[in-house]
Amino acid sequence: MRVLVCVKRVPAPGERIVLTPDQRAMETRFLGFAVSPHEECAVEEAIRLVEQHGGSATVLTLGPPEAEEQLRDALAMGVDRAVLLETDGSDWDPMATARALAQAVQALEAQDGPFDLLLFGNESADSGGYQVGIRVAHALARPIVTGIKDLAVEAGVATAKRPLHGGGWEIYRVPLPAALTVLEGINLPRYPSLRGRLRARKAPIHRMAPKFEPGGPTLVRLVVPEERRTETEILGHGPEVAPKVVDILEQLGVLP
Amino acid sequence: MILTLVDHDRGQVARNTWEALTFARGLAERLQAPLAAMVVDPGGPGPLDVWGRYGVSQVIHVTHPELDEYAPDAWARALEEWIRTQGPVAAIAPGTPRGNEVLARAGARLGLPMAANVVQVEPAEPAYRLTRVRWGGSLLEEAELAGEPRLMTVAPNMVEARPASQATEPPVHVHTPDLQEAERTVKVVDRVEAARDRVSLVDARVVVGGGRGVGSAEGFRVLEELAELLGGAVGCSRAVTNEGWRPHSDQIGQTGTRIAPEIYIACGISGAIQHYVGCKGAKRILAINTDPEAAMVAKADWAVIADLHQVVPAVIQEIRRRHPNGQG
Ligand SMILES: Cc1cc2nc3c(=O)[nH]c(=O)nc-3n(C[C@H](O)[C@H](O)[C@H](O)COP(=O)(O)OP(=O)(O)OC[C@H]3O[C@@H](n4cnc5c(N)ncnc54)[C@H](O)[C@@H]3O)c2cc1C
Ligand SMILES: Nc1ncnc2c1ncn2[C@@H]1O[C@H](COP(=O)(O)O)[C@@H](O)[C@H]1O
Repeated sequence: MRVLVCVKRVPAPGERIVLTPDQRAMETRFLGFAVSPHEECAVEEAIRLVEQHGGSATVLTLGPPEAEEQLRDALAMGVDRAVLLETDGSDWDPMATARALAQAVQALEAQDGPFDLLLFGNESADSGGYQVGIRVAHALARPIVTGIKDLAVEAGVATAKRPLHGGGWEIYRVPLPAALTVLEGINLPRYPSLRGRLRARKAPIHRMAPKFEPGGPTLVRLVVPEERRTETEILGHGPEVAPKVVDILEQLGVLP
Repeated sequence: MILTLVDHDRGQVARNTWEALTFARGLAERLQAPLAAMVVDPGGPGPLDVWGRYGVSQVIHVTHPELDEYAPDAWARALEEWIRTQGPVAAIAPGTPRGNEVLARAGARLGLPMAANVVQVEPAEPAYRLTRVRWGGSLLEEAELAGEPRLMTVAPNMVEARPASQATEPPVHVHTPDLQEAERTVKVVDRVEAARDRVSLVDARVVVGGGRGVGSAEGFRVLEELAELLGGAVGCSRAVTNEGWRPHSDQIGQTGTRIAPEIYIACGISGAIQHYVGCKGAKRILAINTDPEAAMVAKADWAVIADLHQVVPAVIQEIRRRHPNGQG
């Protein structure tokens, strides 16, 4: 079984977001970087599928040279191969991103044979376009099930469960080759082992130059929304606050 | 024409559809265009009087014997056919899992851009100027959207649903899509019903949340006890799910659940923006944290600067003292 996972490097802001002066990006000088938790779970799922069925897992990203860091994280977890579509770090819209990813998948498949499964996050952490996976799957004429939180692959068929609002699940069954977008919670991603980390440090990164064909929507600028400003009332510094807390709960009418 | 796709599950209309209709009506009024609603459901075109109350002047009832269950490519096919033949200037859906994926699929089929989770739109030419949410709601993006029609979904719980000042009586147009084999592949083939034994995080009036400060899976026992006393639910941060202390279904935040209780009691949670977007719908927040500088403390209405393992048991004891016959 050959599995490909797509991940996107994003900044990991802590308590609040600070923008660059041109308002087109987040100020990242003091920030770490990550991939969306959904994508982390997609990477874990790819590794588990290969552990179960044999084959190989490939991780693919479109991003700046530094996105190598996110590829090495995936390699450290157990992915076999990493591909970087290198950009200058500017914002690529979802159509441009999907086009470049689909072209890269085609090129990789022409080299080494088809992928049975393409995995994506349900949405990227930063832009949240809810579409790159769908567009790639469409370009490659593969069925895609989105927002899944459970997966079993058997005899060339993927059975995927998607949570329904308010509880319950809907179940989909699609023949491979197929594509899936994954929600956090489908698994608990492993911590990379020391050996994995060492291996990842030395692993080659396969670089390709993507072609930028803009499609939209086009980013104009970012704005940090106004937060409600509350004066925090400090009730106290120990268990002696209990009566005050219960008074509040009583006033709100939430006591039995 | 402004077309709005109705999100429903077996006839039950998703609440966010009313927000999308209100948003679409605002655009229709500015462009002096009629407002149409598309309902994909062989069971019927839905509540016509209610569509009318939201100002819909035409209902497109999509029906096909194979559309008995949700099938996103078939829904997208119907949307695409209608767009190609009727040329609406915009097609809008609620930013729900179904709304987002059907519009993205329509965008892929038509080769058009799609903007997800829009909160505001200015119908300028050649490109609409819009505002959409990023980072699950922690950041806004102003963007330009071209293409005919403009494809957009409306961010859930950000636009107030309002009936129209004048109700309409929309005629129903029946449309049967010409489904191809590939559009039948992705379809709900089975369901598992929800277990209804606990108060759900989404609906709970009280949520007791725990973060890394709780320290262990066992540490959550006191939070459970408090939640139970208050008829509420337990939630947690991602640090906690990552540790495997709680299931992901308890996670609050950008990649977890959005809550809207009367009060959120956040214990040992630092208040990262990805957590806060999930709990900012709470009417009131009480933070219990050893660190007075924690962001959660700054964002709370009330805070207790102390060890949660001392404060929470004391609160439980005080509730029991005042309400000896209460639950739990
Ligand atoms: C793309 C992305 C998406 C994310 N999505 C989510 C999400 O959906 N939900 C989410 O929660 N996070 C999410 N995160 C992670 C988020 O950034 C934080 O890492 C996480 O919320 C931190 O969890 P925490 O507050 O429990 O832990 P910490 O940040 O470690 O905070 C622990 C807090 O407990 C306090 N404390 C310690 N001991 C005690 C004690 N005995 N009594 C009282 N207080 C104590 C400390 O002072 C501290 O404030 C996401 C991150 C990224 C990058
Ligand atoms: N630059 C990128 N490189 C690789 N994969 C991406 C990129 N952008 C988006 N994706 C994938 O597409 C998914 C959906 O992204 P989006 O449409 O932006 O919400 C993400 O979770 C990733 O799996």
